[in-house]
Amino acid sequence: MTKKIDVEVPTLLDKLVTDLTPLLSSNPLIIGIHTGGSWLAEILHQRLAISEPCGSLDISFYRDDFSRIGLNPKVKASHLPEDISDRHILLVDDVLQTGRTIRAAMNEIFDYGRPASIHLCVLVERNGRELPIQADYCGMKVNLSPDQQVKLSGPDNMSLSIGDNKS
Amino acid sequence: MAEQMNIHIRGGRIIDPANRVDSIEDLFVSQGKIVASGKAPAGFTADKTIEAENQIVCPGLVDLSVRMREPGQEYKATLKSESAAAAAGGITTCCCPPDTSPIIDTPAMASMLTQRAAEIGLTQLLPIGALTTGLEGETLSDMFALHQAGCVAFCNAERPITNTIIMRRAMEYAASFDLLVMLRANDPWLSDEGCMHEGEISTRLGLAGIPEAAETIIIARDLALIEQTGVRAHFARISSARSVDLIVQARERGLNVSADVAIHHLHLTDYDIGKFNTFCRVTPPLRTERDKDRLREAVASGQIQAICSDHQPHEKDAKLAAFSDAEPGISGLETLLPLGLKLVDEGVLDINTLIASLSSSPARLLGIEAGSLGTGNRADICIFDPDVEWLLDNTKLLSKGHNTPFKHWPLKGRVTSTLHAGKIVYSDS
Amino acid sequence: MSRNLQYTDSGKLHHFLSIEGLRKETLEQILITADKFTQFGQRDIKKLPLLRGFTVVNLFFENSSRTRTTFEIAAKRLSADVINLNPTTSSTSKGETLLDTVNILEAMHTDLFVLRHAKSGVAELIAQHVPDHVHIINAGDGQHAHPTQAMLDMFTIRQYKGPFHELRVAIVGDILHSRVARSQIHALNSLGVHEIRVIAPNSLLPAQVERLGVHVYSDLQQGLDGVDVVMMLRLQKERMSKAYIPSEQEYFNLYGLTSESLAAAADDAIVMHPGPINRGLEISSEVADGPHSVILPQVTNGIAVRMAVMAMILGGDNNG
Repeated sequence: MTKKIDVEVPTLLDKLVTDLTPLLSSNPLIIGIHTGGSWLAEILHQRLAISEPCGSLDISFYRDDFSRIGLNPKVKASHLPEDISDRHILLVDDVLQTGRTIRAAMNEIFDYGRPASIHLCVLVERNGRELPIQADYCGMKVNLSPDQQVKLSGPDNMSLSIGDNKS
Repeated sequence: MAEQMNIHIRGGRIIDPANRVDSIEDLFVSQGKIVASGKAPAGFTADKTIEAENQIVCPGLVDLSVRMREPGQEYKATLKSESAAAAAGGITTCCCPPDTSPIIDTPAMASMLTQRAAEIGLTQLLPIGALTTGLEGETLSDMFALHQAGCVAFCNAERPITNTIIMRRAMEYAASFDLLVMLRANDPWLSDEGCMHEGEISTRLGLAGIPEAAETIIIARDLALIEQTGVRAHFARISSARSVDLIVQARERGLNVSADVAIHHLHLTDYDIGKFNTFCRVTPPLRTERDKDRLREAVASGQIQAICSDHQPHEKDAKLAAFSDAEPGISGLETLLPLGLKLVDEGVLDINTLIASLSSSPARLLGIEAGSLGTGNRADICIFDPDVEWLLDNTKLLSKGHNTPFKHWPLKGRVTSTLHAGKIVYSDS
Repeated sequence: MSRNLQYTDSGKLHHFLSIEGLRKETLEQILITADKFTQFGQRDIKKLPLLRGFTVVNLFFENSSRTRTTFEIAAKRLSADVINLNPTTSSTSKGETLLDTVNILEAMHTDLFVLRHAKSGVAELIAQHVPDHVHIINAGDGQHAHPTQAMLDMFTIRQYKGPFHELRVAIVGDILHSRVARSQIHALNSLGVHEIRVIAPNSLLPAQVERLGVHVYSDLQQGLDGVDVVMMLRLQKERMSKAYIPSEQEYFNLYGLTSESLAAAADDAIVMHPGPINRGLEISSEVADGPHSVILPQVTNGIAVRMAVMAMILGGDNNG
């Protein structure tokens, strides 16, 4: 069973743009996590009118379940600027649940250099954290049962839906 | 060991190619000999009756090449273990090549081996004497003395005689006394480090190949010398179609030459090596489908007179090695007859031809009293059920060598009883 | 036929023993994955944490500092613990001690053996005898296979020449003794190149080589005509003593790759060599160091390709 959430993604993005505007003074580097996070990062990058291109991360090589599930055959290359040392980073993802993806992304970022700070921005923050990681900016919060999953569809006409995890 | 009893073999189909017999008859054994077929002789009372209904009763098999591994390599096998394996395979005469350690190049070695086997009493062992001293290919062995000590033929085992003048003289000397010379044709330079047939598969596996010419060149050379010396000669374990052709042509010219083939060359090809299956490492190497077909045809038509097991038992580690380092050979005593019957089942040859090539024909080549169920002959008899179907479990072989590429092969036909000199030396019940 | 040890029952890559027997998709996946790994060579911290906690043993019964080093770098970039062992071949000339060596190392919880041996089939032999949780990568066995070398060559060809299906490739030299050539031929055929040619005197060609799907040339000029890729092979100097070829000079004159002979190939042809190079025997320095040569990029690519193979083998297989 999959059902659409009755919230428009553009409305959530409007909220995020408003919340993120004060951050612009620190000249942040926007990095989206492949794939949903990258779509959102591109939009935020455009709406916030940041000139520097945004980065993207595929955290497949940093996942903590490699020995169980192996390498994702569709793994994409990460694209980060050459030097990220002392940069303020705005990390963007679609859904924050366990926090494991964010941990992997931060590990990867640190292998490129030592940033000044990392802020986390997500479209949806839900329950189910397994690591002490929280979002600094979020579009909406939602409580779901463990077997439910939030999914962002896109990149055109992005929409959110809740599905059954087991399917 | 079993007593010498009066034995009545009842109701079996007797196939005795030497006497052109193929009929359902009873057979009577007494004092180690066959005393009658059909009706019991007067006053015969059976101590033991073997029910052979729906079974085939044939002469005990005569195997032209059996490595007992004793003396010298008892960690591989012993006379005792391999005699038991021979009996289980219906083989009552085993010819042993001279490459034991010490080598069979002295009369003492020849008679010691024969006696040891006779003491065990499960099968007859006939030594093949070394053609040259120490198999070195340099000086002739005492062939006549070896012959008197029981050697039925002479060969240089796997060691090629490269010096043609030595080969010529060995043949001349053997011809003086009408001794049989067995030849394993192999050019050591062409085979060099080769460990399988040279062809597409050796190319794929990156293994050094043994070209067909390594065999045919030496057959051609030896045929020329046979023609010149008039020796009685036998080509042992030929592996290729062209070898068959060379020998057939020579026989057509009137040369007194014969040949045998190992049973595995009638069933396997280089393709069976698959991914470096060391159980398929044999000398001469397994060749192509075309060669296999030609060898089968030659056996069926009598162009190749005998089939042997080329029994070479090995310890486990001998095959747990890189293909080129693995020791060649198959433990074949107990699969010789079933694999032969598989040829009958596949329509390659008829049962009479098969039994002839496993018994009467090799016996005739060697000039020995064996391979016949005629009245008065030594009672060497193989009784088998031609219809029983079974899977080969190599760990259940009586031979100490469990090395066989036929593991898990479905086989049809199995020995139920073997008699050697009138004694029951094997019984499956 | 023996079962294919290279895949698990569920179809995941388990051992990497030879190109023959691998699916085209697996080869493509190696190239794609290697491509992802190339980017990490340039950043500050070159390591990835994928193989943290895994133990890789480079077990080289035959010496090869180049291949061993690139495997070592690849494993270390993936954060594996790496042990290098060069058992002397004299103490392990027999099969049982060969398996003993592996069993002892396996008992020390090795996850992956990178294996090189002078005898064909040893990688397969060992793969047959290790427990399921132990993996084998063949780093060259006798004259049989050198599959990671072939894959780094494929990667380099793809990098410089694009899609495989229109390419004409020539392999030049001692095909008979070359595990590299055998693996290259299987890989090129599997990836669907337009044509493969082998160029050598007959004395350096294995029997029935054309059945591997190649066209045979004994004339270098004719063989190189219009090819996009020239893959040179190393000629062992001891071949002269066993009468495979008459002399170094005659060989170089007939089969040595020089600017003049290379002119027959396509204008933008690339020249490859698995190393180490015998300058002046199979290739002139002018060509080896010239604009067509991609010999050094081959070495660099070797690391990413070996990382890819290790990651594909050691990862789990629940990927949905």
